[in-house]
Amino acid sequence: MAEEFEPNILGILCNWCTYAGADLAGTSRMQYPPNVRVIRIMCTGRLDPAFVLKALSVGADGVLISGCHIGDCHYLAGNFKSRRRVALLRKLIEEYGYDRERLRMTFVSASEGALWAEVVQDMVNTIKKLGPNPLKQAGAAQLEGAVADDEF
Amino acid sequence: MDEEKRIGVFVCHCGTNIAGVINVKELVEYAKTLPHVAHAEDYTYMCSTPGQSMIKDRIKEFNLNGTVVAACSPRLHEPTFRKATEEGGVNSFLFTMSNIREQDTWVHMEEPEKAMEKAKDLVRMEVARASKLEPLTPKTVPVEKAALVIGAGIAGIQASLELADAGIKTYLVEKEPSIGGMMSRLDKTFPTLDCSQCILTPKMVDVERNPNIELMTYSEVEGISGYIGNFDVTIRKKSRYVYEDKCNGCGKCQEVCPVSRPNEFDLGLQPRKAAYVPFPQAVPLKFTIDMDSCIKCDLCKGEEACGELEAIDFDKPDELITVKVGTIIVATGFDMYDVERKEEWGYKVFDNVVTGIEFERLIGASGPTGGKVIRPSDGKTPKTVGFVLCAGSRDQDEEDGAKPYCSRVCCMYSLKHAHQLIEKIPGVVPYLFYMDIRSFGKAYEEFYYRIQREGGKFIRGRVARITEDPVTKNLFVTAEDTLLGAPLEMELDMVVLANAVVPAESTQKIKSLLTLSNSPDGFLLEAHPKLNPMSTTTDGVFLAGMCQGPRDIPDVVAHAAAAAAAASIPIHRGSVTLEPIYAIVDPEHCGGCATCIGLCPYGATELKTVDDKLVASVNEAKCKGCGTCGSACPSGAIKMQHFTNEQIMSEIEAFAQGW
Repeated sequence: MAEEFEPNILGILCNWCTYAGADLAGTSRMQYPPNVRVIRIMCTGRLDPAFVLKALSVGADGVLISGCHIGDCHYLAGNFKSRRRVALLRKLIEEYGYDRERLRMTFVSASEGALWAEVVQDMVNTIKKLGPNPLKQAGAAQLEGAVADDEF
Repeated sequence: MDEEKRIGVFVCHCGTNIAGVINVKELVEYAKTLPHVAHAEDYTYMCSTPGQSMIKDRIKEFNLNGTVVAACSPRLHEPTFRKATEEGGVNSFLFTMSNIREQDTWVHMEEPEKAMEKAKDLVRMEVARASKLEPLTPKTVPVEKAALVIGAGIAGIQASLELADAGIKTYLVEKEPSIGGMMSRLDKTFPTLDCSQCILTPKMVDVERNPNIELMTYSEVEGISGYIGNFDVTIRKKSRYVYEDKCNGCGKCQEVCPVSRPNEFDLGLQPRKAAYVPFPQAVPLKFTIDMDSCIKCDLCKGEEACGELEAIDFDKPDELITVKVGTIIVATGFDMYDVERKEEWGYKVFDNVVTGIEFERLIGASGPTGGKVIRPSDGKTPKTVGFVLCAGSRDQDEEDGAKPYCSRVCCMYSLKHAHQLIEKIPGVVPYLFYMDIRSFGKAYEEFYYRIQREGGKFIRGRVARITEDPVTKNLFVTAEDTLLGAPLEMELDMVVLANAVVPAESTQKIKSLLTLSNSPDGFLLEAHPKLNPMSTTTDGVFLAGMCQGPRDIPDVVAHAAAAAAAASIPIHRGSVTLEPIYAIVDPEHCGGCATCIGLCPYGATELKTVDDKLVASVNEAKCKGCGTCGSACPSGAIKMQHFTNEQIMSEIEAFAQGW
């Protein structure tokens, strides 16, 4: 490959903590790799496991879930529930042949802009080491077949 | 939704913030190629009046039924563009925002090509979301005409008086037996040298007298549920073991009480009894029995003490009170940095090293010495006194729990202490060891000059070490005079450590009850640091005073009044509009498995029988819209409005079109 592999990472962030922290990183003009595309949800508790599976099945190289620190959830305990889901999902995606490191959950508060920049940098480094989503490596034809019909 | 989607995309330049990094014209052309996009356009400042008018006009011109604004963060301008969309005749929930500033051009300004790519992806994802959005109608709910103020220092007192004067029933809750907070411990206030008690006690008395204020001292907030306009608050009124309605404050119980223990109000510098009021001007002037030290000798109940009043009851239980309020002000104040952790200064090791707040009590007329300044070791009058400024402030030493920020009051109160010493002790020399003197307020710099003229000695440098002569108990202070560039050692009679202001321990509980956040310094986080320093991200909850960050008394009073004004707005308006972001259940698909019931942190989900079938339902008023239930529902029967599976999945699919 002539060009360096640039991962496509999906970020799913809670509105109150990490999304605000990512905004703060912007306001503070902290520079981090442009590999993450963010979807905003109100709480990481909203994280349907299907979102992660869908993202990987359509070829995302990594999925980064991030919310409030444990104990600081704006909705009391949504991050506990999503942490449990992510722990299980990491095992599940391994069964599908994905390295569990392709899915990560972090806790970044509204005041931790610098931490968000670090988290992204670290995730990008990890995914660069892992290489592209195996489905992409297998080729577009297989990718086509692997994507389940939209049942949602 | 059979109507064909016609989406308008509006790209903001934000001056050069966005347009200086990416090519906005290219982004507009790209947006035009996306499905459902009927129109795309750019403008220098989308949030300006012409920018907003453009949105309204184009909605009509192109018959749009959805809008996407690619600009700053939705946390900043979502309300602005929702309103513009609504005014253009389209439901405001058919608008969505693409964050290409905070999360793109500002963080990738060194890689403009990649920022451009990302902007296209982000716009495409939001357009996909917009194509799936559904119109929603906000709910209007009435607001309870009452407010809660937590903490009765000067911030809570000021806020309560403002609210009460505006005709609002106000519950003021204070955990200590008396209101007054830290200000009641101060002797004088800088730079005017007003007697602190003299200006505070009239306000304390006003609080007690005001018919709109219900004062609950020796009480703590235990639970808060609900939302703006309708908070249910549970307050524990700790037992004083004294009936407040019977106690007349005569103090005979205190006279006969044989127990002696350090008075917390005086930082242990003088004793109090087990039956006590923290200080003579306490409000309310009702005695409290400290059951931890009471030996139950019953002397206080005897004939020569409380006797016929029968105000004392050792079995009096705590009371739980519930109140309903519309808005809440948090005014929980601050703690002082535990300067014992700075071992080099020998606090609590050497008798003659004291903290700033202890010095307030030593020099205060109501303090243990009646205002006569003496050395704690031998009771002699000190002739040389050192003041260590920034004791725990402006200090990067995290191991000692020191704080990197400026505590904003220590320079000025140390100057005040120097002045008071000079006033009281002829020939005394105060030495102030400082980094910078920060005298930023009205008449503060003038006060600094005054202390220079009066004979205060200023040494620019940090104190590295304090040691003690074991015989004389004099202190040897080692420092560097950075202006002379020379090390320095001097023998002083006494040293005052101006310790830092730190977030209050007790704020933590309130923080989690109200799901507030804190800033990196540990103080409570405001909604906006400049434009909304008295609000929080929890609607209906406001901040007053030092719980939000260090500030001096005039700033605390102004902040508290601002919080009171903000807290009174929803109450006076009488109703608030709630976001229609709540979950709904489709009874046809619900299997009644009850998975969602245990997951809801607010108890908003419940099982009901509909058409002979057990199904879940969501109480819209209780639901706060986190969506946890929706993501766990095995049959996909729960729809999280504005964040539906369909909407989020469409974003993920659009994301995948980037490669």
